[in-house]
Amino acid sequence: MTLENASHTLFVISTAVYAASMAAYITYLFKQKDEFQNYGFLLICLGAALHFAGICITTIIMGTLPAYNLEQTLYIAALSLSGTFIVLNQKFNLKILGLFASPLIVIMMSVAFMVNETPPVKASFLKGFWLVSHIVMIFTGEAALALACGSGILYLIQEKAIKEKKRGFFYKRLPSLDLLDNTSYHSVIIGFTMLTVGLITGLVYAKNVWGTFWSWDPKEIWSAVTWLIYAALLHGRLTSGWRGRKSAIMTILGFGVLLFTLFGVNLLIGGHHQPFTK
Amino acid sequence: MSDITLIGINHKTAAVELREALAFTAEDTSNALKSLISNDDIKEAMIFSTCNRMEILFIPAHENGTQAMISFLSEYKNVPASRFQEALYIYRGSDAIKHLFRVASSLDSMILGEPQILGQVKAAYRATIANKSSGVIINRLMHKAFSIAKKVRRETGIGDNAVSISYAAIELANKIFSDLSERRVMLLGAGEMAELAIEHLISHGVKKIIVANRTFENAVTLAEKFNGKAVKFEERERMLQDVDIIVSSTGATEYVLTASHVKKIMSLRKSRPLFFIDIAVPRDIDPEINKIDNAYLYDIDDLQNIVDDNMDGRKKEAVKGERLVDEAVIKFQRWLSNLDVVPTIVAIREKIEKITEAETEKTLSSLQLGDEEQEAIKRMARAITSKIMHDPIRFLKNTGNHRDDSFYLNAAREIFNINNMNGD
Repeated sequence: MTLENASHTLFVISTAVYAASMAAYITYLFKQKDEFQNYGFLLICLGAALHFAGICITTIIMGTLPAYNLEQTLYIAALSLSGTFIVLNQKFNLKILGLFASPLIVIMMSVAFMVNETPPVKASFLKGFWLVSHIVMIFTGEAALALACGSGILYLIQEKAIKEKKRGFFYKRLPSLDLLDNTSYHSVIIGFTMLTVGLITGLVYAKNVWGTFWSWDPKEIWSAVTWLIYAALLHGRLTSGWRGRKSAIMTILGFGVLLFTLFGVNLLIGGHHQPFTK
Repeated sequence: MSDITLIGINHKTAAVELREALAFTAEDTSNALKSLISNDDIKEAMIFSTCNRMEILFIPAHENGTQAMISFLSEYKNVPASRFQEALYIYRGSDAIKHLFRVASSLDSMILGEPQILGQVKAAYRATIANKSSGVIINRLMHKAFSIAKKVRRETGIGDNAVSISYAAIELANKIFSDLSERRVMLLGAGEMAELAIEHLISHGVKKIIVANRTFENAVTLAEKFNGKAVKFEERERMLQDVDIIVSSTGATEYVLTASHVKKIMSLRKSRPLFFIDIAVPRDIDPEINKIDNAYLYDIDDLQNIVDDNMDGRKKEAVKGERLVDEAVIKFQRWLSNLDVVPTIVAIREKIEKITEAETEKTLSSLQLGDEEQEAIKRMARAITSKIMHDPIRFLKNTGNHRDDSFYLNAAREIFNINNMNGD
């Protein structure tokens, strides 16, 4: 078996494990038995370990972190999401969030398998410490913000049930508003910090390669917009108490803009990141 | 063999006066059990008495045992039997087993699925053990009752969701706040239900209680009761900044808290959530407050709706519980019907003969013996078997003048390990 085959096999197996985890979380939603949530979490950890091994092998083959076509980018994004979920779940013990994370990971992995095989961009300048930290930071930050968005959605569902006094299917199954709001808030703090560091390392890298920090590339502009939205959200929370509903809606909007910056800009507008998502 | 029998009265058959008249205190129970041990009409007995029911589970020694028990009850409680005869239910055999299982599983409770009953049944059984008034049958029956009760609770939703106003309020509070121990509660006014809600909140970890009342003196008294702090009624708006949960139950005819109060306070408390529980009629708290972000208001009707929904849910789950109970009754009946002289002797004999036969065959097949010799050995084996069996069987057929055959029958079944063939 060649190394490339090995890494591909690892991705396939890890996707299957992720899918099993998703099934466990869905069962948990219906049955409300803690053991299913435990299985779900263990499976996601196992999936992440296999997934990580796959990425390591690709990294060895390419000599740098593989994020140079859409397929690779999705693998990296999915791994960041599972890794970030594992860390946040340990911290907040928000079991139900796995219901949001696991399908998202499975979708990203499946899309990665389906996209056309475009050979990864190869260029001598796509290497080095600044670039690797840029990629790692940005994707981890985005994963945390995805989870923030997930908690935000769950918050809105639960809040609606309590406000309108209609306790439906989710009311019993979702945790308290406090916990959802807190998870979302802390995920935003983590995500925003990572995003900031990631953008700075990106700027430093740009300076090294192109000799300028900022070149008004569409990717750069939209990244700045995304950053500003989250900055506004945190500012509003700290100064004028944007909590609960408002904050949840902002988190979801912010993630929408973030998705556009990540994929939409490359697909619709272009810019110097475009080849990485082909 | 005399049947398991259960007599009793409960909230459905008897009014509170009669229930009081026939109730047994812990001391009563213990004394009554002691005198029942020496009663020749009764083999085993257990008394179970709560504010909703008084029941006696017993094994009569003969057909008139039940009548003897009723007379005993009448004499012991000094209530003429004619006074309770009509309210008294008498269950025998599988009906008695089923009733006991249903009671322990809280399927027969006034509030379906309430969790205290199992603890009460356990306490009654402890008293029975302490007074040595139970034997093999009641012991096994009670252990089965505990396990079926746990099973019903575990496998059905009979105990899920609040079925009282104050618990419904606590459940909601837990869906809004993650940790009640860090929350502060303000009580406006007074009243039984409001105070009950505060007590439940305290038992769920709330530590800081603030009481406001139009009569400051009352506020002070209540605050002392809950280990809290009393404030003037006029301070209630300002206090909204510091508290998280408000329980209101005043006699006011106008709203004591309005939406404009809360809006003002919300920005001061940086939108930290506020939960209003309004159990006053007419209402104390402006319903518009529920439209403010991060403020949640439930009035008594809202809470009652939750309770009704939850009660319906429990009734649906009770159907599953009944099925589990029926299964357990059948299994217990199977064990009980084998706990008799004839089936026990048959089972022991079968087991020993099977072993003898198998061992004889094994030995004979390895030896080169003629037909006659083989017959002789077989005869010898059968003779050994029947001689060994002779004394135990004779003993089981006539255990002498003992109070309780079932004890020896059960022991014999355990010694020969034939109990496991009877299902559970």
